[in-house]
Amino acid sequence: MSLLQIAWRNMRQRGLSSVLTLISLALGVALTVLVLAVYGIIQDAFLRNTSVGYNLVVGAKGSPLQLTLNTVYYLSQPIETIPYNEYLEYLPQDERTRQAKLFEGEGIVDTSRDGKFAPYMMGGFAIPVTLGDYFGPFRVVGTTPGFFNQLKYGPNVDLDFEFSAGENFITDDPQHGPYTAVIGSRVAADMNVQIGDKIDPSHGDPDGHGHGVGFAIVGILKPTGTPNDRAAFVNIEGFYLMDGHARAIDTEEESNATTAANSVADDSTAISSDVDKLSFSPLPIRQRDLTAILLRADPIFAVKMEKTIDKGLRTQAASPIGEIMGLLTLIVEPLMQALLIITAITCVVAAVGILVSIYNSMNDRKRDIAVMRALGARRDTVLAIILLESLLIAVGGAIAGWCLAHLGILSASGFIEERTGVQVNFLTVTQTELWVIPLVLGLAALAGLLPAVVGYRTDVAKNLNP
Amino acid sequence: MLRLENVLKTFPQPGGGRLTVLDIPSLILEEAEQVALIGRSGGGKTTLLHTIAGITAPDSGIVEVGGVDIARLSESGRDRYRAARIGYVFQTFNLLAGFTALENVRLGMTFSTGRHDVERAKMLLDRVGLGDRLHYRPSQLSVGQQQRVAIARSLAGRPKLLLADEPTANVDPANQQSVIDLIRQTCQDERITLLLVTHTTEVSNQFGRIEHLETVNRIFQTA
Repeated sequence: MSLLQIAWRNMRQRGLSSVLTLISLALGVALTVLVLAVYGIIQDAFLRNTSVGYNLVVGAKGSPLQLTLNTVYYLSQPIETIPYNEYLEYLPQDERTRQAKLFEGEGIVDTSRDGKFAPYMMGGFAIPVTLGDYFGPFRVVGTTPGFFNQLKYGPNVDLDFEFSAGENFITDDPQHGPYTAVIGSRVAADMNVQIGDKIDPSHGDPDGHGHGVGFAIVGILKPTGTPNDRAAFVNIEGFYLMDGHARAIDTEEESNATTAANSVADDSTAISSDVDKLSFSPLPIRQRDLTAILLRADPIFAVKMEKTIDKGLRTQAASPIGEIMGLLTLIVEPLMQALLIITAITCVVAAVGILVSIYNSMNDRKRDIAVMRALGARRDTVLAIILLESLLIAVGGAIAGWCLAHLGILSASGFIEERTGVQVNFLTVTQTELWVIPLVLGLAALAGLLPAVVGYRTDVAKNLNP
Repeated sequence: MLRLENVLKTFPQPGGGRLTVLDIPSLILEEAEQVALIGRSGGGKTTLLHTIAGITAPDSGIVEVGGVDIARLSESGRDRYRAARIGYVFQTFNLLAGFTALENVRLGMTFSTGRHDVERAKMLLDRVGLGDRLHYRPSQLSVGQQQRVAIARSLAGRPKLLLADEPTANVDPANQQSVIDLIRQTCQDERITLLLVTHTTEVSNQFGRIEHLETVNRIFQTA
């Protein structure tokens, strides 16, 4: 017989005690694995949510974390706004000119040049975003069609937004003009709305008064597992035309606008034929505000661009991944570590259970040990058999605990995917989880050491019946 | 095969001092010889067997088994030697309750050859008439059957010397003779030296050589 078989037999002989010890260890391991798995899911969800297809968010000066939470996660209180002009600094000359014409910006926008940051964009894009309204408990995001045409999502940021119904809105809808909306999958499900329904955003907070303007839903997004599932996107032109969304104009600004208009008049005229026509009267540029600008810039220039933007007086740039990882490190990680310590303690308690269980059986087993010694087993062989017994309980407990935890994860996989977009199955394993098994085995070896030493020191002649 | 010379074994006494249990000037057994050692209870028979088996070390003297003085070996050396050369049949069988008959016999090999020769274990059980009880636990066997398993186990490691400590003491009278026959016949077949301790003359009288503990052990002469 191998030593393992002997240990297995010994374990079976103490059936109930072994099973109870194994169960307590399994529960400890299950808790630890669950905590680690939840941490992995949180981390994955955070990373997934930062895989948003843009590498910088530009907003008003203040907390970059709040800017990120506000713009990427649609959480936290809305931050200060920035003038629409800031957005134009990321556009090439022709687009600046087109927008200046379209939104009564001639004389305000210097159309003789590219935007200050346009050279850094290198094939990237800038998407304006306005926040502040709600549809039920969900944030309303005013943006351009580019949000869904240009942004991508997913772990590799290569997935296009897809619609479960309808399609993306356009700037000037033939039927609804600027009052069109695309809603996220959660919004559609929770608010029970469908294509053709109208949403009336409320101002300032979920319980605020409605603007009395209905945005027709023209598209419902398929689930993305990103915060976009929890937002209602309205055409930014319609957003601006809602009551209270136009910025008041001061006299100084009017004066500056006149001066600027004189200096760029020639250029504006030169490309006037490219300007689109709208069926409605858009809000003039000087009355437009933005919450943030989502930037996809060349990664090589992104860092320099971020620093240059931060040097400005009015705006700041935040890297969503950096901010979220910072948040993860600062708040989530310590919490998870605390949880992990607690669950690790349960594992230690379970390991002590192994010790107590085997140690208590040592009195009854001294004769068996003496018999084995009389048959030629050396002291270290006895030590090895008892350690193996402890390890067998540990392996059984670890496997049972791991399976238990992963069955739990599997049963919640639908909920997890719906809420976080993270797909999990029975065999989804986090890297940290892989340490649990050797750690438990190590603990078990330590727990088995004391009874093993007792076995090692058993006096054969004293304990051997004649 | 077995040579004891000036073997002294003492134990500490609760009140201080030491109690001499064995004082054997000389005891020699030839290869394949079968010897009955007769003596009264409490006469040091078990201590003598433990000393020969290397379970306990003598205070002084030579305990030579197969040309090796095991008294001079370390404890692990004695363990190794016992596993390889010595078979032991206990008065109370000392079978492991959680193991089947086959496993108890295989256990005898584990520490000796290190090989897991299941076929030999089965053959030995078959030889002692338990070929159909391989997977029975000790509690499922009669006392006589348990002793047969113990005999099979003692032979599992192909010993050169078999020590049997009153092997019929706990066996019903009807089975006593068959147990003795089994031990003697097996030792004869495999040329194993046998030292069988008994306190009954019915058993000892069957042996060609009988040693009396009172003669072998000098403490009785001193007393």
